[in-house]
Amino acid sequence: MGMAGPRDERWLDADAGRLVRPYTVSNGRTRPTTKLDLVSMVMSTGRVHQARLEPDHAQTLGLCAGPTTVAEVAAHLKLPVVVTKVLLSDLIDWGAVTTTSPGPVAGPSDRIVLEAVLNGLQRRL
Amino acid sequence: MAYNDDSEPLPTALKVLIAGGFGVGKTTFVGSVSEIEPLSTEEILTTASAATDSLAGVESKSTTTVAMDFGRITIDDQLILYMFGTPGQDRFWFMWDELSDGALGAVVLADTRRLQDCFAAVDFFESRGINFLVAVNDFDGAFHYEPDEVRAALDLKPHIPVVLCDARQPHSATSTLISLIQHLLSATTSLST
Repeated sequence: MGMAGPRDERWLDADAGRLVRPYTVSNGRTRPTTKLDLVSMVMSTGRVHQARLEPDHAQTLGLCAGPTTVAEVAAHLKLPVVVTKVLLSDLIDWGAVTTTSPGPVAGPSDRIVLEAVLNGLQRRL
Repeated sequence: MAYNDDSEPLPTALKVLIAGGFGVGKTTFVGSVSEIEPLSTEEILTTASAATDSLAGVESKSTTTVAMDFGRITIDDQLILYMFGTPGQDRFWFMWDELSDGALGAVVLADTRRLQDCFAAVDFFESRGINFLVAVNDFDGAFHYEPDEVRAALDLKPHIPVVLCDARQPHSATSTLISLIQHLLSATTSLST
């Protein structure tokens, strides 16, 4: 990942710039098939082996060995969030990765959650 | 679509935003409270519209890339809190709906020497109905203004807390997050009564 070697550089010009690479990774697709947000949890199901996947998908799957978030996967891939979502939603479609359904699982008005967070933070002092 | 239907539930990730002007200490704050070295990620936003989640139009010039730092605190085996530092150099992040959607709340860091730098963040959270507090980041140990003066200068509503913090100190930054959560709890109480 992130190895834009000499082979790639001839494809870059001033207008395309850094956007070429993300667009290539996502294979021209513009939308993930599964709705994901920055803090959607994702985790490998263990049902698909990395070795069977193309490098970008394999690396993405490798980052999901334990529960993690879209934001963390994107940070480690060094790819924009939207591109990371495309890769992750492919893996979800293939049964390689599982995710929680998006939406307000815990909103700002959820007292039980807020109190748990409060207690957790106070333990850190 | 294949959402998690396994018996073992995935943890829930929550987010709070750390906002404020450029150079006010957002990344420092995130680093102080995070259990991991802060991570950085970026997103492509189209400047023509607020639409996210789409790469449509990346070949045109109407896009901008915004970067942000974030960290995390594991609360317990079912709750993880993420702190996202909003991109500071520009205001394009205001179009990044996803960054603020679903946020528990926000810390607006203020530098009293450049108080005007946090006006935009205050306006943004007020207009989105996102609860926040203002944390005056003490850079040099000498507060130039009292919290009440900051409140007046920012024209804050009376219920919005103004606290002092030192973003470099984990204890101080964590205490600021605690103040935010307490503020959120009091907001839910006032809603239900």
